[in-house]
Amino acid sequence: MKLRIFGALLLRDAVVAKRDVAGIMIRTMLQPILFTFVFGYLLTHVGVIPRAYTTMIIPGIAGLSLTMASIWAVAMPLIADFGFTKEIEDRLLAPVPIELIAIEKLTAGILQGALTALFVLPLGRLIMGPIPGLSLQNLPLLALMVILSGGVFSAFGLFLGTAMQPQHISLMMQVIFAPMIMFGCTYYPWRSLDAFPFLKYAVLINPLVYVSEGLRAALTPSAPHMPLAAILGALVAITLLLLWAGMRGFRRRAIG
Amino acid sequence: MRTEIHISALRKNFGPVTALDGLDLDVGEGEMFGLLGPNGAGKTTTVGILTTRVRATSGEAVVAGKNVATEAVEVRARIGVVPQKPNPDLQLTVRENLLFHATYHGIPRPEATRRADALLERLDIADKANVKVQTLSGGQQQRMMIARALTHEPRVLFLDEPTVGLDPQARHGVWEILRELRAQGRTVVMTTHYMEEADQLCDRVAIIDKGKLLALDTPAALRSQAPGETIVDVTLDRPVDGEPPPLAGVTRAESRGPVLRAYAPSPAAAIPSLLAFAESGGYVVRDIHLSRPSLETLFISLTGRKLA
Repeated sequence: MKLRIFGALLLRDAVVAKRDVAGIMIRTMLQPILFTFVFGYLLTHVGVIPRAYTTMIIPGIAGLSLTMASIWAVAMPLIADFGFTKEIEDRLLAPVPIELIAIEKLTAGILQGALTALFVLPLGRLIMGPIPGLSLQNLPLLALMVILSGGVFSAFGLFLGTAMQPQHISLMMQVIFAPMIMFGCTYYPWRSLDAFPFLKYAVLINPLVYVSEGLRAALTPSAPHMPLAAILGALVAITLLLLWAGMRGFRRRAIG
Repeated sequence: MRTEIHISALRKNFGPVTALDGLDLDVGEGEMFGLLGPNGAGKTTTVGILTTRVRATSGEAVVAGKNVATEAVEVRARIGVVPQKPNPDLQLTVRENLLFHATYHGIPRPEATRRADALLERLDIADKANVKVQTLSGGQQQRMMIARALTHEPRVLFLDEPTVGLDPQARHGVWEILRELRAQGRTVVMTTHYMEEADQLCDRVAIIDKGKLLALDTPAALRSQAPGETIVDVTLDRPVDGEPPPLAGVTRAESRGPVLRAYAPSPAAAIPSLLAFAESGGYVVRDIHLSRPSLETLFISLTGRKLA
């Protein structure tokens, strides 16, 4: 019964997402596509940027797109639902533990992240040329990284979605997302921060760092990246922390 | 009559504010029960606790045989809720709102479809089935909210202020639906701050104010407890200076800002002396309002305040 209800909740989010497919793609993919085109194609053709740079940024860009898809898919509906539309109340009255409603949101976030990766990776291949790690034998590691990346950012979305008020959305973009993206090792590998020791260790609180480095390990294994064990350990630890905070927020907002 | 809802010593504090102050109530199976009180009386908090969305500070509440605090999932399976502020799923059509609601309660799709279509028909919004909810009028939206709450055939239906903000015609439409539910023998708990609504629809009415139960009985019995006098409110152009003097035909009079309130056995005898008093004081009479012995005058006598 619980499984059937979970399926119904997921189907509702799928139906709604399908209706907003253009909006979702613009929000999560336009910026990465532009970046891929300008840095991966335009500037390398002009000769301003060495060709090798493209392999450096494709994992970061893929990671950024999929994490943005996950975080948006979870945080934005929750901010609106708890803030003013109250649409979610009908689902909170479903005969299941309310934690299941939150888990469904997380699942929807991971799925949106994975779908985004399915779209962005072939596109990157198309614009930038061959991606070394995009092979069948590398698929398990790539799939694991995509799911863990979607998971950590869905959990982040759950936390933000229950902690933020609607009027804080633009502030959230400026204060949380902008620095997170800039210091997320998306456009440069973590190793390149060797010259800035303080920054190198300060960025380690940023989950996007592990997503970028993890996808680097999966997509461009020969490029410098953190050890896989460190990446996996950090992703799991940060996910658990954000899940704890997000679930706490969800219970607080769902039950008065 | 079996008890369908049992509330004992229910208390809820929001920080320093006490919303419910030790409420005791029982609602019988098949009863249409009204919670009557002004805004802030604790009606919505009571419904919130009974529908598992608000956690009580202390006390106990049992709905359809299940404890709202310890068996919330089982309670949710047995109740339907029409909230004060309509919360339809705006991303879905009217029909999808009902369909998805049914599937959230584990009802298989074919059965959900059958029920949704039947309810849309019964509540007279079948022609709106495939439109987005935003295009519905207030009355249609409220009918959809009631239809949605009924799709999983709950044992107990909660309606929080079901006719607030509706025009008179839409209000009577909702009343018709509620009368039908009552005839079907479903247990219904509704909150309202409209006396007429409680009076016309409910088997029993609890009058609550400041989180406390003030009176509980059938509307007829409550009316009989009301002071036998009519309340005549005379609204003047400015506040009355001091307390009004004794007036012919008036048992007792008091000034409340620009309103002169008089309790009188017969309004016909009281009104001339009230008008004479206004004229002698140089006041202009803006309005005269009569409240006959009713739940309203009972409420005023119990709380010293008007309902709305």
